[in-house]
Amino acid sequence: MPPVNSIVCVKPVPDPRRWSELALDPVTKTLRREGIPSVLNPLDKHALEEALRMKERFGGIVTAISMAPVTATDSLREAIAIGADDAVLLSDRSFAGADTLATSYALAAAIKKLGKFDLILCGNQSLDGGTGQVGPEIAEFLGVPHVTYARKIDLLDRGIVRVERALEYGYMLIETRMPLVLSVVKEINVPRHIPLMRISEAMQAEVRVWTSRDLDVDSSRIGLSGSPTQVADLFLPVLKRRGEMLSGAPDTVSKLLVQRLRELAVI
Amino acid sequence: MAACRGVWVFAEQTHRKLMSVSIEMLGSGRKIADKLNTDLTALLLGHDVRDLADELVAHGADKVYLVESELLTFYHSEAYATIIGELAKKHRPEVFLLGSTSAGRDLAPRVAAKLCTGLTADCVSLDVDERGQLLQVVPAFGGNVMATVLCPRHRPQMATVRPGVMKTPTIVEGRHGEVVEIPVDLKQEDFNIKILDVVTEEPRAAPIDTADVVVAGGWGVGNIDDWRLIEELARSMGAAVGATRPPVDEKWASEDQLIGQSGKTVRPRLYVGVAISGAMQHLVGVQDSKVIVAINKDPNAPIFKATDFGIVADFREVVPPLADEIRKLR
Repeated sequence: MPPVNSIVCVKPVPDPRRWSELALDPVTKTLRREGIPSVLNPLDKHALEEALRMKERFGGIVTAISMAPVTATDSLREAIAIGADDAVLLSDRSFAGADTLATSYALAAAIKKLGKFDLILCGNQSLDGGTGQVGPEIAEFLGVPHVTYARKIDLLDRGIVRVERALEYGYMLIETRMPLVLSVVKEINVPRHIPLMRISEAMQAEVRVWTSRDLDVDSSRIGLSGSPTQVADLFLPVLKRRGEMLSGAPDTVSKLLVQRLRELAVI
Repeated sequence: MAACRGVWVFAEQTHRKLMSVSIEMLGSGRKIADKLNTDLTALLLGHDVRDLADELVAHGADKVYLVESELLTFYHSEAYATIIGELAKKHRPEVFLLGSTSAGRDLAPRVAAKLCTGLTADCVSLDVDERGQLLQVVPAFGGNVMATVLCPRHRPQMATVRPGVMKTPTIVEGRHGEVVEIPVDLKQEDFNIKILDVVTEEPRAAPIDTADVVVAGGWGVGNIDDWRLIEELARSMGAAVGATRPPVDEKWASEDQLIGQSGKTVRPRLYVGVAISGAMQHLVGVQDSKVIVAINKDPNAPIFKATDFGIVADFREVVPPLADEIRKLR
């Protein structure tokens, strides 16, 4: 079995434990996220783990890639601390405001520049946007197959890959070939534990930063202007309910609740 | 772009049965098509599925594109994306909706990239503005924020739709529609993806997404022994058992019992949340319930802001008498 060179797409996302602090600017209708630290998207750690296991088994190079503001450099250093050999950050004002299509287009261009690859691994979706679109869109731009919801990956001889793809009612066993894009779900593995010490040591590691000028891209297809979708409005969800609090001893309050639910004919 | 006409719905079937979200999308698709004064077309791909076309017409489709081949029996990402991409390039719809299922979420981005158009994920509401643009409402950050998304200059305007959110349209008996067969000659050797097997795995608990009553437990339940109280309460009401993320991670409940942004949306007539604090990513999955009840010992738990009836108490004390009280009704 020849070495397997993997590219792992990672995304820094605002720490979900702090999401309740996200605030809407009522005037600009944009999201205020200052002071909320970023973490690596959890599923991307499973993608990285899978790439590292293949490298440990077959050899090869693992490259982490992301498109994000330059503050994301630390997230890529974290990927290096976990075990990635190399890291590339696409960061440029001209990339800002990209939707999934413009993001995938730029990432595909960067992957072409990186050269030959066998596998591109992604988390099945990000925690913040949660679209799960970037993996299949990169695959289309690169003209390679893709499999999403991958929960088990077996590399066979001659570049043949068998993938268990999770479904609502079970799974589908797929046979395909490298190069390809795989989007993984959390059942695929348990990511290794990295001591904080190693992460802080890696904060000196070099991350290559590429701008749009480093890539062979059509400038009308990147960033906000290259994004077909536009956010027209942001708002906080309104939850309207009766809000009646029932109190009393357990027996009393149970009777009261059952009575209310009977009045509304829901039981 | 001006020449783009028509609303398309991907009518996903599995084991020769339509997915419920496919029917739900015909309801909202019908409204959108009427507002745009155009036709509603369903795309039906599969093997030996012709009888499903009548069901699609009865639920609101004006036209069904029927593509049949043994290779299309199950969702085959490469074959489905190629066929649908070519159909869309030829017929140029202005709106294209797909279910937010494992197949729809795989197919939609591949097709969107082929057509170089925008795609909005997991819509919970769809409408058309005065300029005929599709208004797509999606949750972000686990439902802490909602966004209205537009796709102003590209067609089709593509969206995936969250299952269980749109209402199922009523059947119109005797409704007429046109079934257009699209002949294809597909050979496995032309594709890089081959489906070797499709395996059905038994879900452990009653499906929560179709249940009339759902009892859900959260992190506050504390341990597997007390989780049985949640299951006992559910049994007393004939309810399905749901869960937030921590009980699933702790394996008290299984993944298909997960309710919320990263799990299922439920819309039962009664939802009872026990020892659930009420993080937004869970509440977005229950907010369409007719009546919401919460039991939590913390009076400041956010779930009390989104409930019809709240009880501040240790659930271990309230759940047994409540289950008894409900059993008396039988």
